[in-house]
Amino acid sequence: MNTDKQYTTLNLGPTHPATHGIFQNVLKMDGEIILDAEQTIGYIHRAFEKIAERRPFYQVTTLTDRLNYCSAPINNIGWHLTVEKLLGIRTNKRIDYMRLIVMELARITDHLVCNSVIGVDSGALTGFVYVFQERERVYEIYEEISGARLTTNLGRIGGFERDFNPAVYKKIKEFLDCLPKVLHEFEKLLMRNRIFMDRTIKVGPISAERAINYGFTGPNLRAAGVDYDVRVMTPYCSYDDFEFTIPVGIQGDTYDRFCVRQEEIWQSLKLIRNAMDNLPEGNFHVDAPHVYLPDKQDVYNKMEALIYHFKIVMGEIDAPVGEVFHSVEGANGELGYYLVSDGGRAAYRLHFRRPCFVYYQAYPEMIRGGVLSDAILTMSSMNVIAGELDA
Amino acid sequence: MENSFITEKLRKQFSEDILDVDGSSDILTITVASPVSYEVIAYLKENPGLGFSFLTDLCGIHYPDRGLSFGIIYHLHNFYENKRIRIKTFVNADKPAVRTVSDLFSAANWMERETYDFYGIIFEGHPNLKRILNVEYLDYFPMRKEYPLEDPTREDKDNRFFGR
Repeated sequence: MNTDKQYTTLNLGPTHPATHGIFQNVLKMDGEIILDAEQTIGYIHRAFEKIAERRPFYQVTTLTDRLNYCSAPINNIGWHLTVEKLLGIRTNKRIDYMRLIVMELARITDHLVCNSVIGVDSGALTGFVYVFQERERVYEIYEEISGARLTTNLGRIGGFERDFNPAVYKKIKEFLDCLPKVLHEFEKLLMRNRIFMDRTIKVGPISAERAINYGFTGPNLRAAGVDYDVRVMTPYCSYDDFEFTIPVGIQGDTYDRFCVRQEEIWQSLKLIRNAMDNLPEGNFHVDAPHVYLPDKQDVYNKMEALIYHFKIVMGEIDAPVGEVFHSVEGANGELGYYLVSDGGRAAYRLHFRRPCFVYYQAYPEMIRGGVLSDAILTMSSMNVIAGELDA
Repeated sequence: MENSFITEKLRKQFSEDILDVDGSSDILTITVASPVSYEVIAYLKENPGLGFSFLTDLCGIHYPDRGLSFGIIYHLHNFYENKRIRIKTFVNADKPAVRTVSDLFSAANWMERETYDFYGIIFEGHPNLKRILNVEYLDYFPMRKEYPLEDPTREDKDNRFFGR
């Protein structure tokens, strides 16, 4: 009898309908069991960090859109906050609250996509269709605020380009009224569904210790039981004005990641509701003419406004020398911007700390010893976004 | 945790090798000599009084005009005290090499590969130091400052009007 075992090498991806993006995994299989995996990434690398070394700051915002494109406004606002930190601009409460509302909306859409896709990958397509209707509502809100839907380029350095219009208030209210019902239904479909639980519990687990060592952040780290959340640890945008709970999991498996995200959606709803109720009066942008574009009317009639308009658009405003690291709680983890300025018009060095680039490297360790179909579920529950992974 | 507490501890342990301490920026920034960068980070991670057990970020930087032209920048985080620290170390262009921290932090594995990919900084002892985002047959390190973003053969654009 031949005792030599034969292993199969399986190419999962780069383009595979179950991987939601261009990810390649070369798997070493013993039958259905995964013995080892090696990821190949970089298929949609677009050299954002290099491009950013040439562009004035406001033009980098459109690059950040294309990182985690499921929640682009968080990236936009995170970048604005970084630049404001470098320039020493302080925003008022109204801007903070408006930003908070938009970021929490983005978090909800991101979690909705991720969680409903976990459902799809375990064979439940229905929930996906339900929640996408609600995601559409948020995209309509973005449309009212910024004019765009997916790559939003939302807000400006120093605030917003315009105030919330009445349609925004109306649409946010509608969204807040409609989502809970849909979310309850969605949870009823999956949360205590025997098939779903069998497919996700103890699938792709990671311990808290390993998760920290691997640089996990966001819902993935919280699912492993570590209550680290940038919104609470280093509050930005007046998050410290609000009370909300950080859900944590126990065993860091696919089911825990699902539940943590689900609870975060409820917490985000609460945050938005509170912020909408307490939205302070004030200006929607800071009074910083050297970075914030003047009114178009003034550009035509006032000398100074015309000069500033020209200087800002051409990127002729020099930034102060310095370096800052600013991070926000992105929908899938700690999204950091490390910005080094040598006093020029553009960044001397800009580095994005992309959460999924950091935690995706744990993937082989999480799927080793499991079966192929579980590996697919593990990947979708990690919320790896190709745009952010490859920058 | 006070900045002075950290710097005192580090100075006591590494004395001459702590080249610069800068508390003026948003995060305490400490520049260390490259031969001891690994020891400093291991000390920050494992000393019970310090406990910087989370590697937030690792990236490279290039200053072509300086003697030690390549920098490696580490951002560490202590969750319990909610304290961040930035460690910088610089190496020269002839032999841009520093010891890997991937045995301390699994997270550093890809971060170091990315830094190698874009700057050509060698991380000694790294288990799998090869390109990660660029194609494997690329024969230069694209984030180095000698590679301008625009095509240098173009003559229709005057760089003076378009920044760097």
